Amino acid sequence: MYAWIWSHLPGPTAVRVLVAVLLVAVVVAVLFLFVFPWLEQVLPFGDVTVDALAGNNSVP
Amino acid sequence: MSVSRRTRSIARVAADVLITVGALVLLFAVYQLWWTNVQAARATASARTDIAASWEAATSPVVTVSPPADAGAASGSESGSSEAPLPDTPETQAVPPIGKGFALMSIPRLADSVWEMPVIQGVSADELAKGIGHYPDTALPGQIGNFATAAHRATNGEPFKDFDRLKKGDRVVVETQDGWFVYELEKDKIVLPSDTWVIDPVPGDPGAIPTEALITLTTCNPRWASYERWIWWGTLVETRDRTQGPPAELAERGEA
Repeated sequence: MYAWIWSHLPGPTAVRVLVAVLLVAVVVAVLFLFVFPWLEQVLPFGDVTVDALAGNNSVP
Repeated sequence: MSVSRRTRSIARVAADVLITVGALVLLFAVYQLWWTNVQAARATASARTDIAASWEAATSPVVTVSPPADAGAASGSESGSSEAPLPDTPETQAVPPIGKGFALMSIPRLADSVWEMPVIQGVSADELAKGIGHYPDTALPGQIGNFATAAHRATNGEPFKDFDRLKKGDRVVVETQDGWFVYELEKDKIVLPSDTWVIDPVPGDPGAIPTEALITLTTCNPRWASYERWIWWGTLVETRDRTQGPPAELAERGEA
């Protein structure tokens, strides 16, 4: 997959490196702004409250 | 010695998948351990500014008699008249809307992480990312009943990261627009997440009419796994209004 992406990036090596870095930055931004905040809510590690429904997503 | 093309391409895909999974796990750890704290620090600073501004703006406070449901039984005795101006007492505080910061909590023992920490109405993720969350249906600071709070012990600012250092006798100072409420911690217990009785007006005695002003602190246990909750309870030992100035406990920072 990564080899395929690299071979399909345009231009000389310097430009490819630049585009690759930009792609990585975009992916990291999407993860930090959207995916991880959602994932954090789904995982039980951040639960600090007592709650009648709390048993649902807790590890025994 | 010949490896088929097919085997090679399968190995290549497997390698890419493993690299991707590894990178995602590492990035999520960076997000949790670093980025949530960066964002929480920003949200806490902004909540603190909002609280200071709202206290400043309230030069002529409107006294609203609207105690929370569970404290209603205890506070009903003196709140019958609507004659203004009533003196500001704990029982006449207006219930803040969800998401609003209305108090500052300081714990000398945990001075590194809980010092003038905003207390926000509500205990969902949005509120807990700004500071200490207040269970909306419980008493307000100083009121008879149970002023119940929750905060993160790991990630998102982690105000209660040193929760294990708390000891019986430690003081918790809650500052509101009207003054300071000093609570003394008395006992702790590790319970299950579903044990909502811990934030009852009289913990462990459902339906009882409260006569004391309590504070409850709740957080996760163990720190990074959170399949239990660690609870500390304390009672109100001192109330000081604005003219009396801050309690001695607030001069202790740095000596903790």
